[in-house]
Amino acid sequence: MTVVQEQVEPRTRPVARRTKRRTARERAVLILAVLLLWSYAAVALAPMIIMALDSLRPNAAVLSDPLGLPTSLTFASYAKAWTEASFGTYLRNSALVTIAAVALDVGVSLPASYVLGRYQFRGGGVLTAYFLAGLMLPIRLGILPIFYLLGGLGMIDSRLGLVLVYAASGIPFSVFIMTAFFRGLPRELEEAARIDGAGEFHIFARVMVPLVKPAIATVVVFRFVPLWNDFFFPLVLLRTTDKYTLPVGLTQFFGEFQTDWSTLFAGLVIATAPIVVLFLVATKQIVAGLTAGMGK
Amino acid sequence: MKWRVAACFLLPAFALYSLFVVYPLLSALAYSFWRWQATARDGFAGLSNFTGLFTTFPLNQQLWPAFWHTAVFFVGTMLVQNTFGLLVAVLLHELPVGRRFFQTIYTLPYLVGGLVVGYLWSLLLSPSFGPVNKVLEAVGLGAFAKPWLGDPSTALPVVILVNAWQYIGFPILLFGAALAGLPQEYAEAARVDGTNAWQRFSRITLPLLLPSIGVVSILTFIGCFNTFELVYALSGAQGNQPTGPGGATDVLGLIFYRVAFQEGGANAIGQSSALAVLLFLFIFGIAVLANRIIRRREASLT
Repeated sequence: MTVVQEQVEPRTRPVARRTKRRTARERAVLILAVLLLWSYAAVALAPMIIMALDSLRPNAAVLSDPLGLPTSLTFASYAKAWTEASFGTYLRNSALVTIAAVALDVGVSLPASYVLGRYQFRGGGVLTAYFLAGLMLPIRLGILPIFYLLGGLGMIDSRLGLVLVYAASGIPFSVFIMTAFFRGLPRELEEAARIDGAGEFHIFARVMVPLVKPAIATVVVFRFVPLWNDFFFPLVLLRTTDKYTLPVGLTQFFGEFQTDWSTLFAGLVIATAPIVVLFLVATKQIVAGLTAGMGK
Repeated sequence: MKWRVAACFLLPAFALYSLFVVYPLLSALAYSFWRWQATARDGFAGLSNFTGLFTTFPLNQQLWPAFWHTAVFFVGTMLVQNTFGLLVAVLLHELPVGRRFFQTIYTLPYLVGGLVVGYLWSLLLSPSFGPVNKVLEAVGLGAFAKPWLGDPSTALPVVILVNAWQYIGFPILLFGAALAGLPQEYAEAARVDGTNAWQRFSRITLPLLLPSIGVVSILTFIGCFNTFELVYALSGAQGNQPTGPGGATDVLGLIFYRVAFQEGGANAIGQSSALAVLLFLFIFGIAVLANRIIRRREASLT
């Protein structure tokens, strides 16, 4: 829905704007508005710019003047965070857990959404509602039973346990986005494939899945972010440092390196960089996820 | 489609979701009615776990303050989002070029995550070395420099501002999408009638945006009452003691974690499950109620 608007809007709006001439007053208001937008952009970005700049300076310089510019580029604090504070390990664990969880989430939600979105059957509505109810359920409140459940399965202090919990917690959102998308696809394609004698699995994998790629992209990008940032579950479920994901690693790190600000900033940059990169390459999917269901 | 095939398609998602989302939440409900000795059930407790939340030390002294802090935290965040966030969204909507650019910048802090934001600001706000106080000194406002997070009068407001800073991109995007979807006819008709921009905004755009404002408020409510990592990091907590000066920034999410895993005592399972149930009923109840009110308002508008 939002995607459609985005395509239409830039074409029609500026034309409508340009045909009418602005009065001096309107121009003054516009300048004020742009000024305000830039000032807030500075407020939004300054902390992260300070973080990046200070991570490149020696600690003594950071402590005496946190707002200074780097005089020469030194990556010593990154080396320190990477090896001494095991950020290499944390980063690998975070990547492993997040990617596996998103893959599992999409892997199970895709076929389920296909059936729920394309077929009318008894209990289908109830089943859809059952999945979507999860959008409203604060899964964190079930942390104790999850803890004992994983304990029973021998999966405390296990990255696999974390992956299962994460994948399950993403299913409601994934089903929500993907059923809506499947529902909107035209019938003809599938019927044509069926007449050609294609089996159900073939229709799903070769005809349908390629058509819902935009929905898959939205789910992947949008689920990636909260899982990458999640701190609560690994805090409770992981015990040993070599299994820590970045957020839990950070708490340990902030306790140990209290006065070494340069290294602290470097650690924060390492934790942030993948998300920022992901955002810059996939802004469209993030916006679609954030405004899902708000199109009209 | 054959039944067997449909089941094959549905079963994995159903099993995973039921086992790791639905079953734990239902279990928490069941746990709350039992008395526990560590991990063993010790008889049916009725409602005593629930009443115990308000009578056993130290919880009875922490729960209500934490509730009020969370409520203030929500109201403060919501006010910033629905005023400043709305203003920015409206300005962006009127902007001929560069809308996507600004939206991207404003959304960035949201994506960085609560824990990183908390740690980052704990450094920025540090009393002796922090850039915030350094900036104040540099512009001649050194008298206002203070230990922002260590002063009971500023700790909670600062947490609110940091939270608003982190999440502001979300209402901006949401309001932006809503503004783009508004029919232009009303505003055009009003323009022809000779109204000024403020009249058009307050009489036409704002009423039409009410449903979006409602949605933003509800989502902010749910988010704020589940808040955990931001305060954890910002207050430099280790999770097992009151946060902020004199527990000034203790919020419900932190109390729940502490009861469940840090200071709950022998009946930790019973008590924390009871707290989970109360939190769930409260958050879910308010969200559903608010949603219904918005729907009704929406229906009466059209």
